[in-house]
Amino acid sequence: MLTLPIYLDNNATTPLDPRVLDAMLPYMTKMFGNAASRNHAFGWQAEEAVDYAREQIASLINCSPKEIIFTSGATESDNLAIKGVFEMYASKGNHIITATTEHKAVLDTCKHIEKLGGKVTYLHVNEEGLIDLQELEAAITDKTILISLMYANNEVGVIQPVREISRIAKKHGVLFFTDGTQAVGKIPVDVEADGIDIMAFSAHKMYGPKGVGAMYVRRKNPRVKVTAQMDGGGHERGMRSGTLNVPGIVGLGKACELAKQEMESDTARISAMRNRLEKELLTIEESYVNGSREHRLPHVSNISFKYVEGEGLMMGVKDLAVSSGSACTSASLEPSYVLKALGLSDDLAHSSLRFGLSRFTTDEEVDYAINHVKEAVSKLREMSPLWEMFKEGIDLNSIEWAEH
Amino acid sequence: MAYSDKVIDHYSNPRNVGTLDKAKTNVGTGLVGAPECGDVMRLQIEVDENQVITDAKFKTFGCGSAIASSSLATEWLKGKTVDEALAIDNMDIVEELALPPVKIHCSVLAEDAIKSAINDYRVKNGLPALELASSHH
Repeated sequence: MLTLPIYLDNNATTPLDPRVLDAMLPYMTKMFGNAASRNHAFGWQAEEAVDYAREQIASLINCSPKEIIFTSGATESDNLAIKGVFEMYASKGNHIITATTEHKAVLDTCKHIEKLGGKVTYLHVNEEGLIDLQELEAAITDKTILISLMYANNEVGVIQPVREISRIAKKHGVLFFTDGTQAVGKIPVDVEADGIDIMAFSAHKMYGPKGVGAMYVRRKNPRVKVTAQMDGGGHERGMRSGTLNVPGIVGLGKACELAKQEMESDTARISAMRNRLEKELLTIEESYVNGSREHRLPHVSNISFKYVEGEGLMMGVKDLAVSSGSACTSASLEPSYVLKALGLSDDLAHSSLRFGLSRFTTDEEVDYAINHVKEAVSKLREMSPLWEMFKEGIDLNSIEWAEH
Repeated sequence: MAYSDKVIDHYSNPRNVGTLDKAKTNVGTGLVGAPECGDVMRLQIEVDENQVITDAKFKTFGCGSAIASSSLATEWLKGKTVDEALAIDNMDIVEELALPPVKIHCSVLAEDAIKSAINDYRVKNGLPALELASSHH
């Protein structure tokens, strides 16, 4: 039975896996202890649960459980990593390298660093959404302390060449931090093989609960330290104070365990559905996939339907929960900065939809989505003056548009 | 943000979508907005010898509120004289469709489209173009 609307916005958040919820529930009622309470059974129970979660997480990303720091989510981890490194390594330098397509949690943190007197280089990406490795290496100076580049992008799903990036970072003695929010739990992420020094990730993008995330911080080769951004009880090896969110952490641990067990079969099924969705939607005239199709997460497809505006299209596909690169509601009327960084013109960026599938997406839902989008695009094009002009062979660039 | 019932109605059942023959002297065409801004409206009016608008058509590239604003505008234009049409204010559209503040620009665009179509008609018929009030921008 098909239930509407259909959720295809899994890059924004994923539903909680019922198995994760089952693991969490006891820690909300009976086993409510504070993991920092060292002198009674309630505390020990909670600490044990947290330690077990650390092992589940460490096993997914191939690190030591001691290298996991719990936070409230990826935004906090991004802030802690960048600001924490900036403070901790101030004597070494003040230069950070990042890219224009990073998440706002990284970009806005970098803006903050600039206000504090730091220097930030924002690398551009090519039309596939990938950074240029030579450009990266050329940007490194003797003041560079951190390279902050995301594992996979949240809007187009493009995966950066993480291993090549870490090789360059290592060669120049610079730390490599990656925002792994969209990648961890979806594709194999191995901090050893990938050469990652610090990584941020979140539970709710991989069928875990909201409000909990983690940061991987390397302890050997090199031993990495970040300055705490919140003062308090000195939890998490002094890097992140605050009573641990035990049920959330148990949920993150379980989500990681399931991801490890099911990644291969999930990926096979989800990518087959994504490919079918994409293939069908590309039969629509003047539709284009945004970003690299080769270096991409298996569950994401970002498509522009030219001559149709994204927000209008989202209203047309009311039975689908998706995202658009159009931001008609913002005061600036600026479309997605990520799509623009890929070199898309504003009108194509305004015409995009992002489809994000999950382990709960069904073939039936994909079938419905294909027909629904096809109908909506066709209806809106009947209404679009730009489509009419295109069909009459008028070059839209030849028209002097009245900007408003 | 939820759309009002009237916006949804106009979006789902747009009135007067189509194209009039822009070569005719009694047809005025207004094309406003820009693809980069995510809104383009084309609004056309057909005027009879008594200065009455007998037909109005639109095509819009934009969000639901932009489509609804232009659909509503064509509904209002039909049967009005050109002078009466000039009196349509964007705030009338905002009120009728219950547009939220972030969507007011859609109504401004619709008002601009009306005025621009009227001007095109005037110029075609040897009348001076009226100055478009851009105070909303």
